[in-house]
This record gives sequence, structure tokens and C-alpha cells, in this order.
Amino acid sequence: MTTTTKSDAQQARVILATDCGSTTTKAILIQLTDEGYRQTHRGEAPTTVEEPFADVTMGVVNAVVEVGELAGRKFIDDSGKIIQPATETEGCDVYISTSSAGGGLQMMVAGVVAEMTAASAKRAALGAGAIVMDVIASNDKRKPHEQIQRIRELRPDMMLVSGGTDGGDAKHVVSIAELIAPAKPQPRFGSGYTLPIIYAGNKDAAPRMNKIFEQGFELLIVDNLRPVLERENLGPARDAIHDLFLEHVMAHAPGYDKLMGWTDAPIMPTPGAVGNILQTIAESQNINAVGVDIGGATTDVFSVFDKTFNRTVSANLGMSYSISNVCAEATMPNILRWVHFDMDERELRNRVKNKMIRPTTIPQSLEALVFEQAVAREALRLAYIQHKEFATTLKGVQQQRSVGDTFSQETGGQTIVDNMKLNLLVASGGVLSHAPSMNQTALLLIDAFQPEGFTTLAKDSIFMMPHLGVLAQVHPKAAMEVFERDCLIYLGTCVAPKGSGKPGKPCFDYTIKGSTLNESGQIAFGEIKLLPLAEGETASVTVEPGRTFDCGNGPGKRVEKTVKGGTVGLVLDGRGRPLELPESREACKPLISKWVEAMKLYPGMG
Amino acid sequence: MGNAYTPGLKVVNRITHQCRRILPIPGKVLVSKGDHVEAEQVVAQTFMPGDIMPVNLANLLSMPPSDVMECVLKKVGERIEVGEPLAQTKGIFGMFKQVYKSKDAGTIETISDVTGQVIIRGEPIPVEVRAYLTGTVTEVIPEQGVMIEADVSFVQGIFGIGGESFGTIKMAAASHEQELQADMITPDMKGCVIVGGARVWHDAVRKAIEVGAAAVVAGGIDDQDLKKILGYDLGVAITGTEKVGVTLVITEGFGDIAMAERTFDLLKARVGDFAAVNGATQIRAGVMRPEIVIPLSEEEVKAEEPAKLDGGMLETGRPVRIIRDPYFGLIGTVAGLPSEPQVLGSGSKARVLDVKLGSGETVVIPRANVELIEG
Repeated sequence: MTTTTKSDAQQARVILATDCGSTTTKAILIQLTDEGYRQTHRGEAPTTVEEPFADVTMGVVNAVVEVGELAGRKFIDDSGKIIQPATETEGCDVYISTSSAGGGLQMMVAGVVAEMTAASAKRAALGAGAIVMDVIASNDKRKPHEQIQRIRELRPDMMLVSGGTDGGDAKHVVSIAELIAPAKPQPRFGSGYTLPIIYAGNKDAAPRMNKIFEQGFELLIVDNLRPVLERENLGPARDAIHDLFLEHVMAHAPGYDKLMGWTDAPIMPTPGAVGNILQTIAESQNINAVGVDIGGATTDVFSVFDKTFNRTVSANLGMSYSISNVCAEATMPNILRWVHFDMDERELRNRVKNKMIRPTTIPQSLEALVFEQAVAREALRLAYIQHKEFATTLKGVQQQRSVGDTFSQETGGQTIVDNMKLNLLVASGGVLSHAPSMNQTALLLIDAFQPEGFTTLAKDSIFMMPHLGVLAQVHPKAAMEVFERDCLIYLGTCVAPKGSGKPGKPCFDYTIKGSTLNESGQIAFGEIKLLPLAEGETASVTVEPGRTFDCGNGPGKRVEKTVKGGTVGLVLDGRGRPLELPESREACKPLISKWVEAMKLYPGMG
Repeated sequence: MGNAYTPGLKVVNRITHQCRRILPIPGKVLVSKGDHVEAEQVVAQTFMPGDIMPVNLANLLSMPPSDVMECVLKKVGERIEVGEPLAQTKGIFGMFKQVYKSKDAGTIETISDVTGQVIIRGEPIPVEVRAYLTGTVTEVIPEQGVMIEADVSFVQGIFGIGGESFGTIKMAAASHEQELQADMITPDMKGCVIVGGARVWHDAVRKAIEVGAAAVVAGGIDDQDLKKILGYDLGVAITGTEKVGVTLVITEGFGDIAMAERTFDLLKARVGDFAAVNGATQIRAGVMRPEIVIPLSEEEVKAEEPAKLDGGMLETGRPVRIIRDPYFGLIGTVAGLPSEPQVLGSGSKARVLDVKLGSGETVVIPRANVELIEG
């Protein structure tokens, strides 16, 4: 790393950021303009971490040169390094980078009880941006030899071991460690790599860990991530993961030693950086937010509810490499519910497999696009279910119950994801970002996530969130300004009451008052309506739901809110929550056709 | 822009092929640089540490973990056999002693006074790496493995299942368009690499397993047939470890699709020759496609011109295969490469190319939806 301090960074006029993905390295340029910090240019080039290049900085330089050509600045000197600090025509003041090249950070975590310490360990690893390959726990229903077999099969970059509360029984966590050490997990980077192990469990067992992992491992002991059952302390474990990611994993990736010398802040795993920026936004605006990034192989979901951050990676829910798995998990009938015309199921199954084996192809016909977006709805729906199941209150915490709770079955471990409290839903990833029409993106989000009440919808314009996540660490003001002005493209707002009713019967009355949109009317159950409300505009919307519907203030209660416009507009969704589609495909088709038409999704399709 | 990079699958009569054969952990390399090796010859070997068996003596003998240490009859590093006493309790006044006899053989790895657990490590597991490619050792990587090189005919498939296998090539289909049915598989195909034409049916693969064939090569396969063969629906194309009894290589894709004529003709020209086949497919980082490698004799090397591969540049006149509907599987030549992106039927904007099909018709296709036919 170079020696730019945080105070130097505050004076920065030219900021360069790169994200080294598995296939593409993306560079963006942020400059201080009369309007504050703006993202001004972008460039990209193939990532060069694998053979024959085997040097990540080549891709970085190529992407940066492209940005430089567009911006009319020279960023790379004759020795191939980034020029710092900036002058009128050359270089940048701050250079930062994220990375998910070479498969990102792959971890295995272990804990004593699957629902308690192991779940906390998983949350720490995911929050740090790792892919969690498996979770080993004393009660994971596998026999010790099966656990050992699994540990031996996996090839993690590092491990996180937790278990026990401070001062509690150390026996169980020692027992887990005693299985891991002789199983000798083989690191992904080969036999020359010493596997780092982070121990974040009962502090009384720490001396024992030193002994167990004495040989063949690099042990780092940090504060217990669950010092008491009632509290998680994930920070030290997450920081340790980031440190080891740099020291060990990145150091073994070709060219990263050089890249680390160029950057003004530690290189972060891409998903960790995305989580950072979402947390920053949620905190600064005091909102609850969900972000999703659907890729070819995986879908990442990030959420911040009541200041609690969670991230999940649905490892095999993606739109190309894993599209066949989405179809297997969601089942073809569930996918076809979203398609409003006849399609041959056998042919579709073969098409899905062909996409799996040739993942870079794109839909040429409108029919192919409609089907792919139907698959995306199910992939996102399943990923969000997994996220809700994971983002819970702490399990194992003693509940204090009053008389009023006598009939409540609620225990610890309830999901903290509450769609009624959700303020902002942000989409990124090819199928969402590159949909030919933003109306398609908006309805994909609404159908899959089913936001309730009033929810602003947005998309990450050019997948800039990772860059801004790192920038937030060195220059929060610049990160926030760019996020607001250039990163997000607002699609509009969705208004959707929770509840169910009879098709065609009233769902809610609405009155809209704005500078360009003034309208009132009624939405029937099962109906969806799109009204124009342009980007930058706001309007005051009053909703009077029917007595079985709730728009945020309770069933039948009136709600008034100011909503944001966007490239799509204002969506009044009276289809009910949860959104239920008829079982029969024949009954589904006319319904979906109606929605497709109302949302102007596929104008070219009859 | 007159061209674009669109790599395709290799189907070549002669190519100098290199193969890296590496042990998963350090071991011993058994051959030297310059040696001629046969495909099935072991070139490197090592021993993986044996499986570990945890035995919780504290639970088994109902004693506190801290007492386990003094009751264990073996020391760390000592061997134990099945049935041999591993631990004995002190009993009461020397009476009522309980003995635990080991259920596993191996070496004592650790004894824990915290958990009362003894770990026994089983016998080392031998790991061998075979040459796979009949050829010459060009490099020895000490303690790891070797590089082998040979002139071969080489066919890359698009998808496969099963690991490495070896056999002589035998044609089952008469043309590249003929489907491979069970009645076309005969007992004399035992140990052979069976070549079909178009779609291979599930029962044909079953029959191939029954007769003991080494591999089956075909143009296409139906998704449901694959599910029947594997016993599950394949979610992600990372294969090679399946143990279905035969290696399967699909050259074109899923559905009723004929094998490319030149692939079929190449394999037909090599009937009776020995081939190494690998079904392993991996479509994420570090792409791996299934392959059929047929070593060439010295005479064949002399007779055959080496293929000129030009690194996957898409240029006017080059043969291409369309790899997505609505023209999936059709083969044609590049007729034009317009530089400006065009709006597709889906509404997306993308860079395209004009492809002249065999029928004479010219169609517009996104560049992402074609691959070159290389070789």
C-alpha cells in the first residue's frame, strides 16, 4: 500500500477505483466537479489473473488506460505504474481496488451448535465477503467421520472456528478443533500454502487451540464472536478475515503483491465492499435497505434492517453456470407460471442445459428473454427466501415472556427481514441491469421480492457499489455523493398493501398529488397499474386500503407518504401479499398477460 | 472492426498436445525427461495420510476426560490393530475393569484430556497418476509430476460425464445424423470408445455400460436422458467424478442435434485406433471441456499437416456454429461483421454478425451466440 493518509484522501480531486472480477476488470474515475464528486468515466478490460498472463495488474492497467483515453488523462507512467498524485493532466490522488478474481475468498466455518455459534461464524464470514463452502457443527447431523471426510474434500482459503461462550464449557469447541487438525484440509493454493485458521470462540480454550493447530496451520486468535449468547461480536473476526485475505489469499494470487503496493486502502473482497456501502447508506439515511446482485453462478443478497447487516450468497442460484440448478430447485412448472404464452417444456429443458454449458450466450428472441426473466424471478425468489431464513434474531437467547405472549409461538431466530419496513430495494447483476427495458427490471424485483407498503426501487447503474464500498473507508463524503448522483438509477416506487382478497374486488383507494401527476382512483385486488412519475420528481401518495389490507399502518388504516419517481414511475400493486399465482398454468397465462400489458413490459409482443 | 474473439471447440487431425500430470500432494515421480510413456502407465505416485477415526473413550468408558490419558494403553505414534485393547479403566479396588477394544487399525494420532477423545489414523491411501497421453516426457516437476507431449488427433466435446478412460474407437452410427439407440450397441464393443451420430438415448448408454464399453461419444443428449443416467438433475456443469460405468462425451449440446460432420468423419477415419477419453467438464474459471485424444503413429505424423489454429478470431468466411435458439446447432460461415450494435428481437442491443447457412439463407446472430469451428 502507498502512504496516502485519510486526511490526504479528503483533499482528493481525482479518484481511481478498480474492481477485479473473475472475467472483467472494471475501472471508474471519480472527479471533484462544481457539483461535488461525480463519476465521470469508466473502462473495462478482461481480467488477467489466469494463465497465460497470470498478473492481475495487466488487466488493471488495460482498464485504467481505457478510462484515461476517455478522460484525456494519463494514468500510467512509462514503468507501467499508476501515477500519483494528480496534476492538471495526469494521475490520480487516490487509487483503490476490490477483487473477486480467482473465485473470491472461499472459507469453511465451524462452530459448536449449528443454530448458534456456527450461525454467528457463518454470518461473520459472509459479512466479510467470503463464500462459505460448508459449516461444520457438533449437531449438524453428520457423524464425526462424515465431517472429517467433508473437511478433507474441501479446499478452503481459510477457516473460522468458533464455539462456546466466554467462561463456558470448552470441551465442545476443543472437540471440533481436534477433528479439524488431523483432517488436514488441503488449501486451494496447494501444498506450499499454510492454511490460516481464525479462532473466535470461548477464550478459555484459546491456549488449547495453540497446541492443536501448532503444526501445519497459521493460527490467529481473536475475540469470541459470541461472548455471551445474547450478543454477537462479529467485528474482530471480520477484520481478521480481511487481514488474512490480504496477507495470505491475495498474496498467492498472481500479481496481487504488486497491486497491493499501488492501492491507498486495503483491497477488499468485492461482496464485502458492496455490503459496506449498503450499510453506510442505510445508516446515513436511517433507512432499511436490501441489495441484490444476481450473477451467472451465484446470487448475493445484502440487507440492513434496523442497523443490522446481513449478507447471504446463494451459491448455485445464477443465470448461466447455475441456471440448470435454478430450474431443478424451483421446478419448471413454477418457472413457467411467469410465462404468458405456450412453450414446449422439453425444448426449454434442453435450452436451459445448453445455456449452462455455453454460459455467455444471450437471448436473441423475445420468447427467450421472457423465459430467462421467468427463471430470474424464481432465482431471486429462492435467494431471498434463503436470506430471510438466515437473517434472524439470535438463536439460543433466553426469552422473557409476559402473559400477553402466552399464545405466541415466537422464539429466538425469527427473521429480521420485514418487507413492510423495507425502504430501498437495489438491483444489480446482468439480468437486472441489462434488461432491455427498466420496466422489466422493476417488475422482476417486485415479483421476486414482493415488497410491501411503500418501497423505492433502484438499480446500480454500472455495478459501481464495490468501488464505492472501499471508497467509503477512505473518503465517505465522495462515496456518498457518487452513490446518490451516479451509482443509483431510480426506477420509481412500488406501493403494495399486504393481504388477500377476491379478484376484482377493491384493494385500495389512492390519491396522488404532485407537480406532474395528480390522480385518484381505486385498485382492484389482482390489478397492477403503472403511472408516470419521472426521475427527480416526487409526489404525495395517500392510500386507503380495504379492511383486509395493510399498507404500513395496520389493516384498513390510511397511509400518506412522499414517493420518489424514476425511469419506470409509480407502480400501484394490488395483487396482494404474499403474491399468489394460480396453480394451473392455464389460469396463470391470462393473469400474467394482464400484468405484462399493464406494466408495458414487452411492447413488441402481441 | 473486422473481427472479434470467439473461441470454439477444437476438432483437429493433428496437433502437438501437452498434458500436465500432477499429484495432489508431493510424492515420487517415476519417469524421467525424454522417456516414452504409455497412456495407462503410472508416472507419479504418493500416499495421502490415512482416514482418521475419532474414538471418544470418556463416553465409551464413562469416565472424566482428564482420566483418559492414564487409561489409554497405547502412546501417540504407536500402532493398534482391530480387536486390540486401546484402553482399560482402573476399576474398583482393581476389580470390574472395563476394556475398550479398538474397532479400527492404524496409528494413535492424538489423545485429548479435554474431550477424552483418541484419534486413530488409518493406513496411508496410495494415489497414482497415470500418463493419460501416450507420448514423451518433456519436463519433470520434482515431487509433483510431469509434462507429456505427443502429436495427436484431438476432438473437444462440449459436455461430458465420467473421468478418464481408454479404448479403441468403434463406430456405432453410420452417419453423423443417425441417433444412437440401444440395439446399435453390441457385445464386441467391450472396452471400446463407441461413436454415435446424433442424439444418444438413455437406454443406449445403459447398454454400453452393460457391455463394458470405455466411452460413448455422440452429438446430442436429451436433458431427461441425462437425468436418468445420473439419477439426479445436473445443476452445475462441473463433472468428471461420476461413477456411472462409462465416460460420456457430447460434442454439440442438449437436444436432437447431429454431430458436426467433420467431427464424425475424423473419428471414423480413426476407427480401430487407441484413444484416451476424458468426460470432465468445468465451465467456471479455468474452463475444461471433455476430450478425445488419439495418439498418431510416426507415419501418421509425417503424412498429416499440423492444424493451424489462429486463436479464435472471428473473420469473414470462417465456419461457425450457432449455439443458441432460434438457430441452435446450425452451421454456416461468417458473411459479415457489422461494427455497430443492433437491436435484437428481444429488445436488447448487441453486436451481431451475418451467418450464411448451408441452405443459402443468411441470418443475423448476436456475436455471443456463435462459436468458431477450429482446426
